Amino acid sequence: MTNVVHKFFAVLFLTCTSSTAVYAADAASTISGADTAWILVCSAFVMLMVPGLALFYGGMVRQKNVLNTIMYSFAALAVISIQWAIMGYSFAFAPDVGGVIGSLKWLGLSGVGAEPGPYAETIPHSSFMVFQMMFAIITPAIISGAVAERMKFSAYLIFILIWSTIVYAPICHWVWGGGWIGSMGALDFAGGTVVHISSGVSALAAAIVLGKRRGYGRDHMPPHNLPMTLLGAGLLWFGWFGFNAGSALTSGSLASSAFVATQLAAAAGIVGWLWIEWKQRGKPTVLGAATGAIAGLVAITPAAGFVGPMSAIVIGLGSGIICYMAISLIKPMLGYDDSLDAFGIHGVGGAWGALATGLFASTAINAGGADGLFFGDMTLLFKQIASILGTGIYAFGVTYVLLVVLDPIIGLRVTEEEEQVGIDLSEHGEAGYTNN
Amino acid sequence: MKLVSSIIKPFKLDDVREALSEVGVTGITVVEVKGFGRQKGHTELYRGAEYVVDFLPKIKIEAAVDDDQVDQVIEAISGAAKTGKIGDGKIFVYDLCQAIRIRTGETGSDAL
Repeated sequence: MTNVVHKFFAVLFLTCTSSTAVYAADAASTISGADTAWILVCSAFVMLMVPGLALFYGGMVRQKNVLNTIMYSFAALAVISIQWAIMGYSFAFAPDVGGVIGSLKWLGLSGVGAEPGPYAETIPHSSFMVFQMMFAIITPAIISGAVAERMKFSAYLIFILIWSTIVYAPICHWVWGGGWIGSMGALDFAGGTVVHISSGVSALAAAIVLGKRRGYGRDHMPPHNLPMTLLGAGLLWFGWFGFNAGSALTSGSLASSAFVATQLAAAAGIVGWLWIEWKQRGKPTVLGAATGAIAGLVAITPAAGFVGPMSAIVIGLGSGIICYMAISLIKPMLGYDDSLDAFGIHGVGGAWGALATGLFASTAINAGGADGLFFGDMTLLFKQIASILGTGIYAFGVTYVLLVVLDPIIGLRVTEEEEQVGIDLSEHGEAGYTNN
Repeated sequence: MKLVSSIIKPFKLDDVREALSEVGVTGITVVEVKGFGRQKGHTELYRGAEYVVDFLPKIKIEAAVDDDQVDQVIEAISGAAKTGKIGDGKIFVYDLCQAIRIRTGETGSDAL
């Protein structure tokens, strides 16, 4: 027994010393093994959010459209990974041109390699690039929730390719790539504006341009598989730790602080949603719990690395209540058909989170941030409002025009018959469930 | 011959099948169906939106029996399927003109 233990420690010792040698070599170029490992693991976490989103959405549609809805997210993995490598990353992060867009310097990832880039000095530039790639993938996939059950698959592919290039990349540049929003001092830790407001308001524009699903408001369109939705919500929650804590871009105390804030806001999101739902409708629903968790995660995204744990709870509670009201009280009055509430959660929750960052941010948590209204400084709140309006108006306007232009050229919707039969069969020639 | 068709609560299926065996019914056909009667539907709630679900899941059992068996069969089904609460279901009895066993070509009561 002792012999085995000795051998074990001997091997462990050898492993440690050999890795120390590697770390020493890296130190010369400022790269940290711990930071690199963390960011690569976080990139994989965020990648897992995409199939998570696929299941989250897939469970909420009718049985006849489950595969198509899942495919929206998987297709984003395929299309945007390549788009990001070829041009998306360069437009978003390459050296700034006029505060609005990145240059062409990093097209095809040229020069994006083992040496650290300008955004994170302790990890290889390629690690930063691939972490950001996952954000670029999930963002258009979020929009798919608004067009589910009626958009033509080919039109969706063309749409997300163009959208990612002319909406996501510029907004990402404005906030994180040296553009005007970041320069003016607005805070977005992990993508409240870049990911959630941009996708949420674009989802609203898409829902308006596409029009309602046939039978909306008359036919019952209940979720066909809520356990699937819950599994998806669980994967999203898990992946969100990579999303938020990874956005520290180091593996130290800031990542830990963002991790804690993320967990608390998700929990409080559930509490907020269920509290108002229970009070208003008499029953706490499982879909409500899943939705509240996602609302809390969305809202804490811009704030994760700037707020303390108690602030995170307040932000989460607020998001559950605000998103509930947006989805079940305001949406029915306005009458648009945002099939899976991409706007109600990501647009509304994202805006609340960006606003809340202006209220709750504290330099005691992150010296690199700023103090919000409740910590003695009002200016941050105005900057946050400007960033919400800037990204919101741009994303809504460009998406609206893009879809209106694309519609007569390629046709955005499936035919009436295809919609009735179900898009799984009409667009993909498959069925999600068979009897044998 | 009569065809006894009954709509029952799904969880009563095994009780009814047992009761029918006891009175000598040798074969039944079971279909999962949806419908509504006096019980009406129920309300479902998704993200605050309420849906009234009109059609409730039920089980339909069909049994072809001899004329002299009919009363016993009705009694067996009524007894086994009854909970006393709304939504227990209904029994319909039809005249059956002919029955044929495909394997042997037997007809009438012999085919049951």
